Amino acid sequence: MHEWALAEAIISAVSQIAERGNLRAIKEVTLRIGELQQIDREILKFALSQMASGKLAGVKFRMKLVRARFKCRVCGHKWTFNENSPPNHIKEAIHFIPEVAYAHLRCPRCSSPDFEISGGRGIWISSVRGVK
Amino acid sequence: MLDPRLSIIEDRLSNIERTIVVSSGKGGVGKSIITSTIALILAREGFKVGLLDLDFTSPTTHIALGVSAEKIQPIEDRGIVPPEVHGIKYMSLIFYLGDKAAPLRGNEISNALLEVLAITRWGKLDFLLVDMPPGIGDLMLDVLKYFKRANFLIITSSSKMAFETVRKLLLLLRGLGAEIMGVIENIKLDDSTYIRREVNALGEKFLGEIHFDENLEEAIGSVEKLLKTKFADEVRSILWELLKT
Repeated sequence: MHEWALAEAIISAVSQIAERGNLRAIKEVTLRIGELQQIDREILKFALSQMASGKLAGVKFRMKLVRARFKCRVCGHKWTFNENSPPNHIKEAIHFIPEVAYAHLRCPRCSSPDFEISGGRGIWISSVRGVK
Repeated sequence: MLDPRLSIIEDRLSNIERTIVVSSGKGGVGKSIITSTIALILAREGFKVGLLDLDFTSPTTHIALGVSAEKIQPIEDRGIVPPEVHGIKYMSLIFYLGDKAAPLRGNEISNALLEVLAITRWGKLDFLLVDMPPGIGDLMLDVLKYFKRANFLIITSSSKMAFETVRKLLLLLRGLGAEIMGVIENIKLDDSTYIRREVNALGEKFLGEIHFDENLEEAIGSVEKLLKTKFADEVRSILWELLKT
């Protein structure tokens, strides 16, 4: 997901949490950022700071990078995005729609496209801390 | 753990007046060419139109519209702004797949749809046409979940075998309370009234027939030629009748 689009989604989700939980203010949000989408965390941080207002004004965003891992469903081989990094144009396609990884990547051992992304695919809100 | 994409989808689709999901359940009945032709006709009439190709594993609307992913790409601007093709805002995974096949399992199809809906900024549209892949599975359930006010336009061929799946789709959609616009019989070769009778017996609307047009294949890829075919004329008359209601 594009960083600004992602920031918009995060702000929207956290605002909904604040409303549903009757929170007066949100103090801290922890995000788990999957490596596969190659999110530029500085741009994301900047976008979040620009969009955070109202109950989210002054909120602190903590980000944890989760390494992208793959497991072949055919031969069981496990590998990381880091080890077998594709060319830039493919990385960019994966940045926008991570599922196109299945079109462009193959198991480094048996060449199968039938693998699972066992970690580090998306962006998740893992915790939200606020005051009532 | 919360996936933030879910929170933004409604917002992304909020300025779309009407979503028409073109579906069949069965492959090879002409969904993609009908979807593309409807989008072109509406755009020519001055409507703001979007086309979303959800056939992730084998998208084809770009062929009908003569789109080359090497020449046209979405614009990055706080998400993805679909490129405008013949007056249609066009989004397809073809922009990210090139000529590669995407062998996706169910959960991965759901994730790809979620991603596309979360990042695509359609803006204001009168119509969003959604081209569905064959099958009644994960993607259909996801479309029902995310496009809450969608209208389903159902395509069948004259084949009894195709209609067997279409019947199941109609019953499923009806059971789920979806808005069914009706059924179009495509690639019609004879005078059989089988499909019309079956659709009426189900209590659904039979919208019309589109006859086999031997000149259609040659027109695919050239929108000017496509819009002059007998096929397009028949699509046009069904469409105007449909939009009157």
